[in-house]
Amino acid sequence: MTTLPQSTGKKLGLVIDLDICVGCQSCATSCKEWNTGGYSAPLSDHDPYGGDPSGAWLNRIHSYEFDDGQQAKTVHFPRSCLHCEEPDCVTVCPTGASYKREEDGIVLVNPDTCIGCKLCSWACPYGAREYDYDDGVMKKCTLCVDRIYNETIPEEDRVPACVRSCPTGARAFGDLDDPTSDVSKSVIARGGFNLLDEFGYKPTNKYLPPRKAEVPAAPVERQPEQVAAPGNTAIEKLFSWVDKALS
Amino acid sequence: MHPAYSVIFFTTASGAGYGLLFWLSLAEAVGAMPGGRWLSFAIIAVALTLISLGLLSSTLHLGHPERAIGAFLQWRSSWLSREGVAAVLTYIPAGLLALMWLFNIESGLSSILAILSAVGAAVTVYCTGMIYGSLRTIRQWSHHLVPLIYLGFAAATGALLFGFSLAICVSLPMWTTLLILVTTVTAAVMKISYWKQVDADPGQYTREMALGMPHLGTARPLDPPHSRPNFVMREMGYSVARNHAEKLRTLTMVTLMGAPIVLTLLAMLIGLTGLWLALAVIAAGVGIVTERWLFFAEAEHVSQLYYGAARA
Repeated sequence: MTTLPQSTGKKLGLVIDLDICVGCQSCATSCKEWNTGGYSAPLSDHDPYGGDPSGAWLNRIHSYEFDDGQQAKTVHFPRSCLHCEEPDCVTVCPTGASYKREEDGIVLVNPDTCIGCKLCSWACPYGAREYDYDDGVMKKCTLCVDRIYNETIPEEDRVPACVRSCPTGARAFGDLDDPTSDVSKSVIARGGFNLLDEFGYKPTNKYLPPRKAEVPAAPVERQPEQVAAPGNTAIEKLFSWVDKALS
Repeated sequence: MHPAYSVIFFTTASGAGYGLLFWLSLAEAVGAMPGGRWLSFAIIAVALTLISLGLLSSTLHLGHPERAIGAFLQWRSSWLSREGVAAVLTYIPAGLLALMWLFNIESGLSSILAILSAVGAAVTVYCTGMIYGSLRTIRQWSHHLVPLIYLGFAAATGALLFGFSLAICVSLPMWTTLLILVTTVTAAVMKISYWKQVDADPGQYTREMALGMPHLGTARPLDPPHSRPNFVMREMGYSVARNHAEKLRTLTMVTLMGAPIVLTLLAMLIGLTGLWLALAVIAAGVGIVTERWLFFAEAEHVSQLYYGAARA
C-alpha cells in the first residue's frame, strides 16, 4: 500500500551531530559495505576503478562552508533518507513497492515489486534515493532493517552500520517518538532541526547544529607581503650560483 | 530533469492519440462525423495505434517492464497508477467503437461508447499531466497550468490530426478548421503564460533552507561527496543552457503554435487542405517533441540545492 500509515508505533531514525562530524566518510563506506550484501543487495557500481566511477550509495557526505560575514565555518554534512512521516516518495509509487512501515516508520522499497519507474526519486527533495541501473530498482537507506532486529549478531551491532562505524560518535540511532530516548533528549538539549522543514514532509531524522565557538577567532590582520630581493645575502648568492651551474 | 526519450515519445504520441480519439468520439456522439464507417474506423485505428505505441514506449524507461502490471494497484494515491487505470479503461469503449465500425454494427450504444471514449481520453491525459503537476520538488512542474497544458496540446495536436484525416479522405468541414485554430491558440496562450510565470519565480527554497541552518550565514559547497556525477545529479541535475532554451522555446512557438495556425488559415482560404495540413502536422510534430523535451530540460529539482544550486 502506498497510502501512508495513520501513525507509526515508533519513529525510528538517526540524529546526526554536525558539530562533531569530521567528514571522514566512514559512515558512507560502511553503509555501502553492509547494504551491498544485505536487504538492498546489490548496490551496483559502474566503472569503479576507471575514469568515470559511479554507483548506488545510500549515504552521501558533503562538506560546506558557512560564512556569516564574521567567521567562516566548515560543516561536514551526511545526507541520507530521513524516513519522513508524510513523504510523497511513498504515495507516488504506482505499485506499492515504496512503503512506510506501520510498526517503526521505516521507509523501504520492496525490491521484488519495484518496477524502476524512478518517480519516487523525483518526489524526494533530499535526493536520498538512488537508482540501481543494473538491478533495475530504486535503492535507499533501510535504516539497516536487517541489522537492528537481527538476533544473530551481537547486541552492540544491532544499530545501523553508519552509526556503528562513526569514529566520533556523531551519529545516533533510536526512537524519536519516545521523549525519554537518548536521541530525543539530545534533540531537545541541542536544538535539533529538520532539513527543509518548509517542504512539509516531516522528516524523522534530525540534525544537531554546530556549536557556537566560545571565543571567536580574532581576524588576522593582513600584512603586505614582504618579498626579499634575490641575491642579497651570501647564502642566496651561493644558491644562485649552484642553480646556474646545475642548469 | 533528464529528458528520457521514451517518456517524451509516450506523452506526445499518446497525447495526440487521445486528442484524436476525443474529437472523433465527440463528432460521432453529436452525429457530425462526415464520411462512412471506414473513415471512422481508420481514424480510431490511428488514434489507438498512437496511444498504444506511446504506452509501450513508456515501459521502456522502466527497470523492470515485465512487472508493469503491478502499476495498476495504487490508484488511490498515485497519479501514475491512475493514468495506467484510465488508459486501460479507455480501451474498452474505444475498442468496442472500433469493432462496431469494423463489423458495421448499427446500435444506439455507439453514442454512449463515444462519450465514454472522449471522457476516458480526457481523464487519461489529465492524469499524465498530474504525474508532473503533483511533484512539489520541481517548481516548473507543480504549476496549476501544467495539467491544463497537457490537455491543451493533446487537444490541439489531436484536432490537427483529425482535420488532416478528414481533409485527405473527404473534405475539411469549417467547424474542424475552427477547432484546430481554437485549440492551438488556447494551448499556445496557456504555454506562453506558463513560461512567463515560471520565469518570474526564482524558487522559494534556498540552499541554506535545504541544509536547515539559515542562521549560520551563507553556505557554499566545499567538498563534493563524490568525484563524478551520481544518479541524483544525472537524473535531477540535467539542465539546458539558457540561450539554448530560448532558441528551443522560439522553435516551439514557431512550429507548434505559429505554423499550424498559419497553415490552417491557408487551407481555409486557398484550398489544397490536405497539403497545408500535412505540413502543419509535421511542424506540430517537431514542435510538440521540442516542447516536451524543454519541459524536462528546464525543470529544476530541489535536491540540486545540495549539489550547488542556490535556489530551487
